[in-house]
Amino acid sequence: MLPAERLEWVQGWGMSVGAAGYVWRPTTLDGVREAFAAAGAAGVPVALRGAGCSYGDAALRPESVVLDLGRMQRVLAWDPATGVIDVEPGVTIRALWRYALGDGWWPPVVTGTMEPTVGGCLAMNVHGKNNWRRGTLGEHCLELDLLLPDGELRTIDAETDRDLFRAVIGGLGQLGVITRARLRLKPVASGLLHVRAVAAPDLGSMLRLADEAKDRWEYVVGWIDGFARGRRLGRGLLHFARHLEPGEDPAAAQSLRVDAQDLPDTMLGVLPKAMMWRLLRPFTNRPGMRWVNRVKYLAGSTVGDGAEYRQTLAAFSFLLDYVPHWRRIYLPGGLIQHQSMVPFADAERVFGRQLEAAQRRRMPPFLAVLKRHRPDGFLLSHAVDGYSLAFDFPVVEPRRDELWALVREMAEPVVEAGGRFYPAKDSVLPGELYRATFRAGELESFRQLKQRLDPERRLRSALSDRLLGDGARG
Amino acid sequence: MVDFHHALVIGASSGIGEAVARRLAAGGTRVALVARRASRLEEIVASINGAAGEQRALGFAHDVRNAAEVPELLQRIAAALGGLDLVVWAAGIQHRVAFDEYDVAKDQEMLAVNLAGAVAWLDPVAERFGRLRRGTIVGIGSVAGDRGRSANPAYNTSKAGLHTFLETIRNRIGRHGVRVVTIKPGFVDTAMTAGMAATPGKISAERAAEVIVRRARRGRETVYVPARWRYVMWVIRAMPSFLFKRLKV
Repeated sequence: MLPAERLEWVQGWGMSVGAAGYVWRPTTLDGVREAFAAAGAAGVPVALRGAGCSYGDAALRPESVVLDLGRMQRVLAWDPATGVIDVEPGVTIRALWRYALGDGWWPPVVTGTMEPTVGGCLAMNVHGKNNWRRGTLGEHCLELDLLLPDGELRTIDAETDRDLFRAVIGGLGQLGVITRARLRLKPVASGLLHVRAVAAPDLGSMLRLADEAKDRWEYVVGWIDGFARGRRLGRGLLHFARHLEPGEDPAAAQSLRVDAQDLPDTMLGVLPKAMMWRLLRPFTNRPGMRWVNRVKYLAGSTVGDGAEYRQTLAAFSFLLDYVPHWRRIYLPGGLIQHQSMVPFADAERVFGRQLEAAQRRRMPPFLAVLKRHRPDGFLLSHAVDGYSLAFDFPVVEPRRDELWALVREMAEPVVEAGGRFYPAKDSVLPGELYRATFRAGELESFRQLKQRLDPERRLRSALSDRLLGDGARG
Repeated sequence: MVDFHHALVIGASSGIGEAVARRLAAGGTRVALVARRASRLEEIVASINGAAGEQRALGFAHDVRNAAEVPELLQRIAAALGGLDLVVWAAGIQHRVAFDEYDVAKDQEMLAVNLAGAVAWLDPVAERFGRLRRGTIVGIGSVAGDRGRSANPAYNTSKAGLHTFLETIRNRIGRHGVRVVTIKPGFVDTAMTAGMAATPGKISAERAAEVIVRRARRGRETVYVPARWRYVMWVIRAMPSFLFKRLKV
């Protein structure tokens, strides 16, 4: 029997899905093994969890042991000459850049919030705004220590154990526990980025501009007004950014200081940002968000169009941290995100259909974000040569089933176009749609590895049950 | 209103408990049924699953007087269901007790099942829901617990104790978002009331279950079933003691 005092409500970052789980928060390898032993004795699976930044059910499973690795957060080794760093899995992106920036290094791939852990990022194969240029974080991982469900600790890398390595990265935490990761960071000459903002009047323009920018800029990200219809469908704003070259920043040593990167505490110098989410709550409805989206576009397409400026690495990279606790504006129902990746040639058609479907069902996304992607070599990779569009939807309990149906409707053209889905964002997709996006043999290879390394299926999550077709309860 | 996805009904092999379990399952809830009679439980579970066309009900044989089994069984049930957001306490017995009969064995058994059993189950349930800050507890009490009628003292006492126990739990964890609903049925057509001489306003168990589930979804604190008993019991509770003791009820 599992100790009742470990029972907690564990939820996804979107706060719309959650489950009761028995949470272990070890700081050592022995502690990890202890959690496995407890789960084994009780006959329940283990779900792995980092910072819980996946929007949906990736880091939880009902009535199971939840192994929260967030307290394994030591930097084990650091070489400021090469930018190679060894970290425990609970080291966050925040801790990573704060540790390395003073030596002139920055994570090659970062998420929109700095809260995710390295272990979680590798298990979900996360990408950033520079996916086209740098791939996913997994491509910058040189070596891993992996604790297998049978207790064996194995060191793997992309050369010596290629099949396992490319399955573990993006493997949804289903093959083992990453207990150490060696990453290579990228050198930066300044703590500032050069940013350019442009407006696009429609979806076609958005995609064209993003594609044209992808080789000239390190980062490309687009915001789309999900409420705009007709010929304005898909209009939005694009932000391109590049690192400064040596010599461009006359005070590089200053901008590389961690405190120079700290996000401001106030908005416009007066409004405490900690209370911004409360001010935004009255607008967190369709009329309010229609207005917010319209004003944002109008501002960006007039005074902001063509603007070029410098911004700190943190301010540009971690937009989701700019307004603390912003996701609370979606309470009580929380939010879901759906991010589909669509091949280049079909993106305009598919994203157009998705936007129209959301509007037709009167559930337009409150936020929509466009990125440019390229494929990578990981077995369960979500990336394609094309674009992704991520939608934020509020979950309003009486319309929950309708929202789930909308996501399914949005997913179908993605499958037809040979696209893929980003599981770190998902809480809704039916398994058959997810599985239909893989090429012949890919899922089978993953299943064979799973069977070999975890024949008792001790590592499971609600997400893996749903998407990989392991949905048997128990 | 809340939707229930995973429910546990204790005392589900007959009467109101069975009807509530069937109603929940018919609405799509996965239900665990707990009762002492394993064979009867199997029949009900098979019937529910047959109607649903899938495994929507699970049966667990258990005697509620065996308190030591409860924590482990509760954990096992939650795991088997894949969660737990509603617990319905419906176990109860009522021995026939003559007006001038004082049978310690009968009375103690009623207290053991109706009250001590409820404490054994609802304590760990309340601890769980309180920790998770969510969940709904429904306790099937009785109008018989509202006043110290001269008929069947221990049964009335067990139900009065249950009402107080439920109120106490509500006051402890209600502030954390847990709903605790006290159901006070009048006469319901079940094995318990079969053979009773006078059963005014008797309703079917199915009708009672319909009301109970609906009210539980709304999270009402105290629900008389059917609603007219609220007014009847208001009069009875307001009745002065010197008058009430003269009534042969």
